[in-house]
Amino acid sequence: MDHQEIIPNLFRTEYRKIVSVLSKRFGFEQIEIAEDIASETFLTAAQTWGLGRIPENPTAWLYHVAKNKAKNHLQRNALFEGKIAPEIKSATSDLYDGDIDLSPENINDSQLQMMFAICHPSISQEAQIGLSLRILCGFGIEEIAAAFLSNKETINKRLFRAKEKLREERIEIAFPEPAKIEERLSTVLTTIYLLFNEGYYSVSQNKTLRKDLCLEAMRLCVMLVENKSTGTPQANALLSLMCFHSSRFEAREDKNGELVLYDEQDTNLWNADLISKGGYFLNCAARGDQLSRYHLEAAIAYWHTQKADAKEKWENILQLYNRLLQIEYSPIAALNRTYALSRANGKEEAIVEAEKLKLEDHHFYFALLGELYTDIDNQKAAQFFERAISMARTQGDKQTLQRKIDKFRPADIPD
Amino acid sequence: MDQYLLLMRLDIITKEAQPSPEQLQVYMKQYHEWVAGIAAENKFVSGTALSTEGRVLQSDKVPIDGPFAEIKESIAGFITIRAESFDDAAKIGADCPILNGEGNSVEVRKITSVNENG
Amino acid sequence: MAARTEEEIHATGKKWMDWMGGIAAQNKLVSKGNRLFPNGKVVKPGNVVTDGPYTEIKETIGGYSIIKSDSYEEAVDLAKGCPIYVIGGNVEVREINEM
Repeated sequence: MDHQEIIPNLFRTEYRKIVSVLSKRFGFEQIEIAEDIASETFLTAAQTWGLGRIPENPTAWLYHVAKNKAKNHLQRNALFEGKIAPEIKSATSDLYDGDIDLSPENINDSQLQMMFAICHPSISQEAQIGLSLRILCGFGIEEIAAAFLSNKETINKRLFRAKEKLREERIEIAFPEPAKIEERLSTVLTTIYLLFNEGYYSVSQNKTLRKDLCLEAMRLCVMLVENKSTGTPQANALLSLMCFHSSRFEAREDKNGELVLYDEQDTNLWNADLISKGGYFLNCAARGDQLSRYHLEAAIAYWHTQKADAKEKWENILQLYNRLLQIEYSPIAALNRTYALSRANGKEEAIVEAEKLKLEDHHFYFALLGELYTDIDNQKAAQFFERAISMARTQGDKQTLQRKIDKFRPADIPD
Repeated sequence: MDQYLLLMRLDIITKEAQPSPEQLQVYMKQYHEWVAGIAAENKFVSGTALSTEGRVLQSDKVPIDGPFAEIKESIAGFITIRAESFDDAAKIGADCPILNGEGNSVEVRKITSVNENG
Repeated sequence: MAARTEEEIHATGKKWMDWMGGIAAQNKLVSKGNRLFPNGKVVKPGNVVTDGPYTEIKETIGGYSIIKSDSYEEAVDLAKGCPIYVIGGNVEVREINEM
């Protein structure tokens, strides 16, 4: 690998570590200085490595440079504030040497603590996700803008305001006190969950980027799971859920990047390794007596990884949705529950239930009705699919629905 | 600790048995003091008061007006509490101010499962 | 009630869950409420405590759920889906009086 390849890779994995460690040392109010130092470090690397050879241990090299830059900053700061004691005025830079701790343990702790600082209820979830992508995942502003279908300027402003707010709130980069950890962890988990969904269900056409979002969400969750105080049953359940979902990443898109519906997927493309990891973490999640929405969603996702289309499968999915809705209502869960009902109890019963939902703002609602009326009243089904197409947001969704209509006989299709 | 439901039954049908607005105010104050005492012990889970009208559905599924009226006393409300035991729950129930009224009662029932939360 | 087979219990459980899930899917469930153990204690004025559930009447309360609806009619319609009628039970619908 030459430096043009190695630097972006290292940026993705090391930038966030340097920023977390330095911000923790400087305090959250100086997070921008930490970001600047991390960026400068990579700039220095690009200049130096571009001229000569790449060092044997590039990561150690980066840490060394970052450390020196951080020490310089601390010295300048100390001099500027006049707090430096006279006897060490002539001090060498060794003064701050032990101070910048880039050991694996401290890197890990700093990143976890940064997670709690960023995923703070005082800023919006959108801002939490944006900051997470930048500071915890090392995404470029352009990539974040692409993920949100926005532009660089908007994202920069959003991140700036979020950091301002966290500074005003005097957020510290530290673990919450034990009594508060569960409550704060729940915000962190929500952000990770949304980050994953952003990747999994995103309207963005960039497949690599979407997959990256999912992998990053999983990586952050792995960090939580591996830590004693944050590896709660909920965190394990969330990780399990993400493993199960991402096992279908390759199967749910065809060569042209179009969405392949669950029922039409080539099950040979499902990733067995991720499915078994999902099972492992679901087992870990079974500790304790709490049943969270993540547990139920992970169990639903588990049943979706079962290839055989047995009645038992849909019956289990139905019961899990029944319980999930009792814990937390969402329109999508209500629609999915009704679909599971049709598979477990029959379409007639599901139609009665579906018509009670009245979710007329969602194109999925009409897609579901179209699905339920298919083979019962194809003309009605086609009308519902048409209505869903008129509301669908992406071209891919529209095409998928159109294919459903195309299967009907011409006589069934309304003019 | 298990959860228990305290069902408060009183006569909400007979006209003469209904409190005046002033009396009601006194009763509500007593009730809130009782609930506050339970909450102070961290044993209060939730509470619900019911309006006096109602509908009853039986197997023919034809709704009948009025609360379930095989007996004079209807359920006026219920609260869920945490308690160490049935006896502990009954002790808490015994302090309920509705028991100042003749014919009223508090039924104490144990809840079968409380393992789910968000 | 005659002893029920495990299968029957399972089937009844499903009916309950489907009923409750249907109400929740319409976003009309406030609290799934609770089922109650059949035994109980009754406290009467004068600190008289008796065993057993309230037995002035044959029917005791087996459980409750809290739903939201725009009218009594709507609440009654939701209650019609309750599986309790199959075993001779009944449902009382009462409006909640916020305290």
